[in-house]
Amino acid sequence: MGNVETLEILAPGPLTTVQDLGRFGFGRYGVAPSGALDSFSLRVANLLVGNPEDEACLEITLFGLKLKALTDAVITITGADIQPHLNGAALEMWRSHILRRGDTLFFRGLKTGCRAYLALGGGISVPSVLKSKSTNLSTKFGGLKGRPLQKGDYLSSDSPYLHHKAEGRCFDPKWIPSYPKYWVLNTVFGPQDDHFTEEAKRLFQRSSFNVTLHSDRTGIRLAGPAIQRKAGMEESIISEGMVSGAIQIPGDGQPIIILGELVTGGYRKIATVITADLPFLGQIKPGDRVKFKDVSLEDAYHAYIEAEGIIKKFREGL
Amino acid sequence: MGDRALLVELGDGISPLVNKKVRDLFLYLKNNPVEGVVETVPGYRSLLIVYDPLKTTLSALKESLNKLQKTIGRSEIPKLRTLEIPVVYGGECGPDLNWVAEYHKLSPEEVIRLHTGTTYRVYMIGFTPGFAYMGELPDTIATPRKETPRTSVPRGSVGIAQNQTGVYPVESPGGWQIIGLTPLRLFDPAKWPPTQLEMGDRVKFFPIKEEEIARWEM
Repeated sequence: MGNVETLEILAPGPLTTVQDLGRFGFGRYGVAPSGALDSFSLRVANLLVGNPEDEACLEITLFGLKLKALTDAVITITGADIQPHLNGAALEMWRSHILRRGDTLFFRGLKTGCRAYLALGGGISVPSVLKSKSTNLSTKFGGLKGRPLQKGDYLSSDSPYLHHKAEGRCFDPKWIPSYPKYWVLNTVFGPQDDHFTEEAKRLFQRSSFNVTLHSDRTGIRLAGPAIQRKAGMEESIISEGMVSGAIQIPGDGQPIIILGELVTGGYRKIATVITADLPFLGQIKPGDRVKFKDVSLEDAYHAYIEAEGIIKKFREGL
Repeated sequence: MGDRALLVELGDGISPLVNKKVRDLFLYLKNNPVEGVVETVPGYRSLLIVYDPLKTTLSALKESLNKLQKTIGRSEIPKLRTLEIPVVYGGECGPDLNWVAEYHKLSPEEVIRLHTGTTYRVYMIGFTPGFAYMGELPDTIATPRKETPRTSVPRGSVGIAQNQTGVYPVESPGGWQIIGLTPLRLFDPAKWPPTQLEMGDRVKFFPIKEEEIARWEM
């Protein structure tokens, strides 16, 4: 059957992109991973429609996406509750549904979280560039022509009919994460926490920060009390590699949580968000508040094993 | 760095010796993979080792690295490559050339002669895909960054900042002084490898005329 045109974009919303789990292994070429900022929701969405866990989905930011089905296809929506409506009626999230040819799907807008994921049974047929379908927005490659979706775009998928049997699958509500407006993120100090005084580190841990409007897929920019580096230290450090979740402190002392669009940087990192909490970073939006909690490496490993356990149980129960 | 990366620092400051140590470790790990290591990202003076916490732990990783250290000097390091990069200096291609020349009380021709007279080392790739940080630029033309960075620097722009020089391989914002433009395409995600330059490579620039651009375009 091969590729079938499945969806037409009637309105793209502020930012809708094609993302999979990301482009890993190319950091030495300066290529950042990109990928779904909430990988948990993307993986669950794929499993709900019978795709491999790492297939590409639509990452929908905040509101406004409207699309039309060009063929019968199984879909699901996970992540942020941005009020999906099918032909005008509210559509249950974290469950797979069948779209009939001619149906329209519209996202009214945000209730909780920041980014929703739409998975399509049969995936999204775009070329894999450097082993990933993710859109690299700053360098304009991957995804659909290296750019956000536009009105009039068509999306194809591979043999969507083969996925119809996945209709009605649902994710156990007890496993659905909640997206608060007040976040506590678990972190491990380092690698440059020794560039800060004990007092500055305490301030970092005790304060709550406001998520500013300048946040995007590159980083969550926070505003709060300035976290000052030790006296006499230069504003920047010699550039080095970094991972997403690293918390940079630039010259003005206002933290930036690095997301998947950067792989090197020249500012000191006071701490790094633990792997288990990374999917939450995709659901933090401007206006939310963030606090950091220091945990041990052992606790971080344990939290990750636990988080992966949920996906494993779900996968095995299908 | 967090619960899935280890930043191995191999010295302070920017120096060829420290950078060589980074390269040695990078190449060693490339040829002798360690269980659980997902990828490594070389910097000027450090190697970031990203690992999968489901497959290994920081202490196990450190232990493996300590064992490696004894054999690392003995591994074979491939020969250094030198890439020659054609550059159209000045004019629209290098809008800051005259400013740089005036800053150092030199003629634009002297700046070009000094920029092309040195063989540079690629210290690291970063900032954008394929952006090679190269040094050392002669002190006589070392220039501070622009006070206000440009929001968009064209692909191929050749810039300098302090003692470094580099080529913008993709269009991006940038604060370096732009003295020229190369028609070479240094980053292409559709090719393998996607960048023409890798850490440790040597680079020499040579001047071409604007009319010659077409000959170098790929």
